[in-house]
Amino acid sequence: MQPALSQYFPILVFVAIAAFMGLAFVFGSKLAARQKPYAEKLSAYECGFDAFGDARRRFDVRFYLVAILFIIFDVEVAFLFPWAVSLAHIGLVGFFSMLGFLGVLTVGFIYEWNKGALDWE
Amino acid sequence: MIVNLAFYFFSFILLASAVMVVTSRNPVHAVLFLILAFVNAAVLFLLAGAEFLAFILAIVYVGAVAVLFLFVVMMLDVDFAALKEGFQRYAPVGALVALVLFGELFLVVSGWSTLAGAPAARLYPTPDNLTNTAALGNLIYTSYLPLFQLSGMVLLVAMIGAIVLTHRDRKRSLHQKLSAQHARTPEQTLRLVRPELGAGVSVPASEKEAT
Repeated sequence: MQPALSQYFPILVFVAIAAFMGLAFVFGSKLAARQKPYAEKLSAYECGFDAFGDARRRFDVRFYLVAILFIIFDVEVAFLFPWAVSLAHIGLVGFFSMLGFLGVLTVGFIYEWNKGALDWE
Repeated sequence: MIVNLAFYFFSFILLASAVMVVTSRNPVHAVLFLILAFVNAAVLFLLAGAEFLAFILAIVYVGAVAVLFLFVVMMLDVDFAALKEGFQRYAPVGALVALVLFGELFLVVSGWSTLAGAPAARLYPTPDNLTNTAALGNLIYTSYLPLFQLSGMVLLVAMIGAIVLTHRDRKRSLHQKLSAQHARTPEQTLRLVRPELGAGVSVPASEKEAT
């Protein structure tokens, strides 16, 4: 095993525990509890009422716009990580190249702010 | 040993969830299986030693692209009866396209050849005593600087394009304009008059509507 990979072993253990817990919550009740399913248990009771319509209806395109803008700034941050790590080796050119990159994206940010794309209503 | 077991385990989940993406009937379930496939692909990147790629896959694809897919899938008005309609009619054309694509893929894969130095280069993915992230950073911001700047331009175009395509100015609601309210002065809105007794005041037409 490579030395770097062994550091991820606790995460593997964590994932295994999480998977076990998730499966236990779902299937544990099947094993431990008594099961008596009948139709009346699924029906609406007291103040409940049947659903008015389908959940698969269209919703506002503004959610989509927010998600797209989030992706763009997510990718911008992804570029910042290697820049920050190797800042000592890339010199002034690398430093100012990132400033230019951020400047270009700041132009877009000012555009979307002034356009009102960040306002909800 | 553990690495091999983990590789087979996660690649099995990856392939199984990829199959489920294609075969599941509910598109929302398909997107959720796609997220599972992304996570397992990130684990495979990690096992191959590409830590930075693994975490970028987790952050960008699982965190952002999958959410976008969910939005798109939920925005589509999925009507299963309408989807099934016309399947018989379009099946021959679809089969023909699939056959052509399969032929092309077969030609590509059968003519596959690797460069002489490629397998050796793949064995040393990073320079000695450098992490993935540092190795990438040393390259991106020096040798590949123009491409890096171009990617900034691409992101700018994507940002502006998304806003232009989807943003509508909605003036339905009466929202408060604080700056306009603060900029008002008494001289613009208030006029003090002292009319004679019994004469009344005549209001000019321009001031009547501004109530």
